[in-house]
Amino acid sequence: MEFNRKHLLGLEGFTKKEITHILDTAESFKEVLSRPIPKVPTLRGKTIVNLFFEDSTRTRISFELAEKRLSADSVNFSASTSSVKKGETLRDTARNIEAMKIDLVVIRHGAAGAPHFLTRCVDAAIINAGDGAHEHPTQGLLDLMTLRDKFDNLKGLKVAIVGDIAHSRVARSNIYGLQAMGAEVALCGPATFMPYEAAHWGTEIFFDIDECIEWADVLNVLRIQLERQHKGLFPSIREYHALFGVTRKRLDQARKDITILHPGPINRGVEIESELADSECSLILNQVTNGVAVRMAVLYLLSGESEDGSAKGGES
Amino acid sequence: MDPAGLNRTVTRLAHEIVERNRGVEDLVLLGVRTRGVPLAQRLNGKIEQIEGKLLPLGVLDVTMYRDDVFKKIKQPVVRTTEIDFDIDGKTVVIVDDVLYTGRTVRAALDEVIDFGRPTEIQLAVLVDRGHRELPIHADYVGKNIPTSPGEEVRVQFKEVDDVDGVFLIKSGKVD
Repeated sequence: MEFNRKHLLGLEGFTKKEITHILDTAESFKEVLSRPIPKVPTLRGKTIVNLFFEDSTRTRISFELAEKRLSADSVNFSASTSSVKKGETLRDTARNIEAMKIDLVVIRHGAAGAPHFLTRCVDAAIINAGDGAHEHPTQGLLDLMTLRDKFDNLKGLKVAIVGDIAHSRVARSNIYGLQAMGAEVALCGPATFMPYEAAHWGTEIFFDIDECIEWADVLNVLRIQLERQHKGLFPSIREYHALFGVTRKRLDQARKDITILHPGPINRGVEIESELADSECSLILNQVTNGVAVRMAVLYLLSGESEDGSAKGGES
Repeated sequence: MDPAGLNRTVTRLAHEIVERNRGVEDLVLLGVRTRGVPLAQRLNGKIEQIEGKLLPLGVLDVTMYRDDVFKKIKQPVVRTTEIDFDIDGKTVVIVDDVLYTGRTVRAALDEVIDFGRPTEIQLAVLVDRGHRELPIHADYVGKNIPTSPGEEVRVQFKEVDDVDGVFLIKSGKVD
């Protein structure tokens, strides 16, 4: 299987074959993480810049770890402490980085399409680590990997994404990825969190969490961004929890095993009951481990360069 | 080399490994993907017949350690390394089908050392075809086959290829 993409901008348009190849590669890198020396020399000599225009803890640490585990050299750039504050444009930032001979750029940006814009200004491979409310492909991939570890085959698996779908890049990457793998997808949340485009995604839509739980094998519970309350999208945290919070009581009513994912960071007692997040049905920490493995796989697959191909070797 | 010849060669290699190590105490086998794995499994079967004991057997995928990993048109597929035992203080026998430039073995050595500190590392191959590019030699050789770089030595095992045998292919195309 060849992996022919130069960038990872989103999971939209990915085939089952491509995703399966990334996940298989990620499983191999996951083994590295359990070694006495969890580091391989694969990306020695490659230089990676992590461009974070938006705050991120988990994703940035996960990428940084993946880079270090692969022996790449990496530098970090965060908007709050950089030239962006002095008024530099994204294009100029990118061109400067390019002049420093960077092989890969990992970018998180508040504006959807920022990674796509970068592909037009620089030669380096671009990995989208979250762009606005568009996509967060490595999160989608690590969710798929976590589900595949548990269910082997995703075909026919019923996965419901619960929460603020409209503002969620995690939701979009999950929808594209899950549908490519043959899973059935549903969205659940208050109408104010349901985007106009949801009607075109071919997913089930629930406005009632109990009906959704009844339908689903897996709940991917999104973080509720508390600042949305001030925009009037939901009346209060308490009301959201009462109407859409995933609780033990609700799962017990459905009387079946449900698997729970959450992209983090969790608002305990808001979108999910605290006790449930730590329970046996939660795969939240598996997601975090798989995140490093998936990012190692993506970095590896995008580091290939088609030189003249005259390298010898093959047989020992 | 036909199936019977291959079987005799594997039997001899197993005897040599047992003889040289004066038994199988603290001995472990690591097969290099792809065809070092069925070879290691067969050696292990023979060693069991001789010594009455199966050795711990692991699988090495050296792709992450290759020196040409980004020099090929197609990115090599990374498969899983499986070593679920401790190799500290053990004698590790790396098993591969064909020894050629020595670069795969170099990668395998680096990988093994990331897993611990074996007392000794030995190398067993079914075929040594020459043309080394690194100072590496095998401790156990099934057969020396002098080749030119344009030729290809193809080792096949029933487990992965449906048929047993060693074939010399004169393609004439120099890589």
